[in-house]
Amino acid sequence: MSMEQDVSVGGQLPVDRKSSRKFAGTGRPSARVGAALSALLFAAAVTVATWWTLRAVRQAFQANLGGSSALDIILLLVAALGLALFVPAVRSLLASNKTKKHLAENSLIEARIASVSAKDQANHTFGYGFVVIVALLFANFILANDLAVGMTFFYFPLMFESFWLILKAFWVNVYIFVIAEVLVLVWGLVVAIARLLPGDAAKPIRTIATVYTDVFRGMPAIISIYLVGFGIPLTGIPILKDFSPEFYAILALTLTYGAYVAEVYRSGIESIHWSQVAGSRSLGFSHFQTLRYVVVPQAVRRIIPPLLNDFIGLQKDTALVNVIGSLDSFNQAKIVASNNFNLSAVTTVAFLFILITIPQARFVDKLIERDHRRTRAG
Amino acid sequence: MAMIEIRNINKHYGSFQVFKGMSLDVEEHQVVCLIGPSGCGKSTLLRTMNGLEPIHSGEICINGDRITGPGVDVNKLRQSVGIVFQSYNLFPHMTVMENVMLAPMKVLGQSKGEAEETAHRLLKRIRLDHKATEYPDRLSGGQQQRVAIARALAMDPSILLLDEITSALDPELVAEVLNIVRELASDGMTMLLATHEMGFAREVASKVCFLCDGVVHEEGPPKQIFGAPIKERTQVFLKNIVEAGRL
Repeated sequence: MSMEQDVSVGGQLPVDRKSSRKFAGTGRPSARVGAALSALLFAAAVTVATWWTLRAVRQAFQANLGGSSALDIILLLVAALGLALFVPAVRSLLASNKTKKHLAENSLIEARIASVSAKDQANHTFGYGFVVIVALLFANFILANDLAVGMTFFYFPLMFESFWLILKAFWVNVYIFVIAEVLVLVWGLVVAIARLLPGDAAKPIRTIATVYTDVFRGMPAIISIYLVGFGIPLTGIPILKDFSPEFYAILALTLTYGAYVAEVYRSGIESIHWSQVAGSRSLGFSHFQTLRYVVVPQAVRRIIPPLLNDFIGLQKDTALVNVIGSLDSFNQAKIVASNNFNLSAVTTVAFLFILITIPQARFVDKLIERDHRRTRAG
Repeated sequence: MAMIEIRNINKHYGSFQVFKGMSLDVEEHQVVCLIGPSGCGKSTLLRTMNGLEPIHSGEICINGDRITGPGVDVNKLRQSVGIVFQSYNLFPHMTVMENVMLAPMKVLGQSKGEAEETAHRLLKRIRLDHKATEYPDRLSGGQQQRVAIARALAMDPSILLLDEITSALDPELVAEVLNIVRELASDGMTMLLATHEMGFAREVASKVCFLCDGVVHEEGPPKQIFGAPIKERTQVFLKNIVEAGRL
């Protein structure tokens, strides 16, 4: 049969199928002399800059807070640590020399290994050195204008003195966002399910849910807080007009973030493959039972990271409540700042906000990891 | 009167007509194998009988009760017509046990104890009792498909539809799933199978239907369809199957 002539199965290729191209080899490696020397020069330059900056730090401390031997020891340690940059730089140079030696002996494989190592160590020098440079720039910014920047943003005595006052006021922020988050979780799901109702009859409901998300996602949170916080008391509606600014803040933030979170829920629900719905409906589950037992539990697992994003946004936006006169941490810090003509108390607020988000991010990572470990194949 | 009567059904996706007046009868305790080229409507027919796909005209009756068209309570229908899918469609966030127990508890309103008892009995039957607390993703494809069968059986259906249930499986896992189906057949379960496992179809089917061009092109006992098909299209289809080494 003709097939057998065309295709050789498990045997040798016919002569005319043999490639005429020769394997060209992978070439001789470079000795990386340039990279190694640049790394060495770079390490030296960064070291000089570090020492120069540390000297300036020491002078600034002596002029403003008085020097101490403890400070000198710390600065010396930092300077010594800066020398660590020479470790990869010297290693790079040694590897480069080794490459040259192996190349001379014509042992290509060893030469390649040494060459890669020389390049890798040089890159380490540049990578770590870059971080040191960023740190130096920041330090010099703080030192600028006779430490004016440092005194304005990081004046420790004022920070310590006002800390408890700020922390107590921060409780207002925590109170607002914890309650708003719980409400948002429920309200967002309600809106998402309304947007996903099936059938022609539910079209008006879908439309109104869409209009709601469009309006409250599009409106700046600060305007929503302002309108709710000042507007509702002005309307004089019984009961509703008599609540605290915190209540209005919770209401406004729930309305705003409910719109965001509804969209997050919706994307999560829509990301669940239709075969899950088919599997569920085929067993006799209704639309809502399918959502309740099959789709939403899977969707929620998927949307935890974007949900955390929105929650962090909500937490930060609690600082906007100062526009309706709530005495939260930012408002309190502004009072401290104007009394002392120094912004360090506001820096404290910034730190507090950053500080609370970090454990949440780690917690969510752990949560997801645990769920994967439980339900996914190893 | 046959248990399942499919009468002159028509269905199209846009301009593509899947069913062109298809008719088919299935008697109680019969095992009917649907074979035919890709896109001939095997899966669609099964999904139609479970209410997952609507038809445009014609009707399907089960025990004389029309199950297509407006006003049919599909949730109720699905309680007695089970379906198993090619891709298992197990719920990945639940253990094997929870997968099997969920529908009896939430749809049929069984107590937890009742559902547990049924689930254990079924898991024993599919020889996966030891995997009850595992999550589906930790099981092999064959094991997952057996769990999917158990999940459908937990509703105690009177008809079971199997939609190419071994097509996504590695060859060495096919047998463990087919053994379960074989047992169900000998227990007298009424089943419709869309399948590419011709050898298995020849062995268990009471009737084999060759679907082509939107109708049942040829039907008959397996001996006739696989041994001496009358229609030319059937002969060509089976010749290709034999050439591919699948029969």
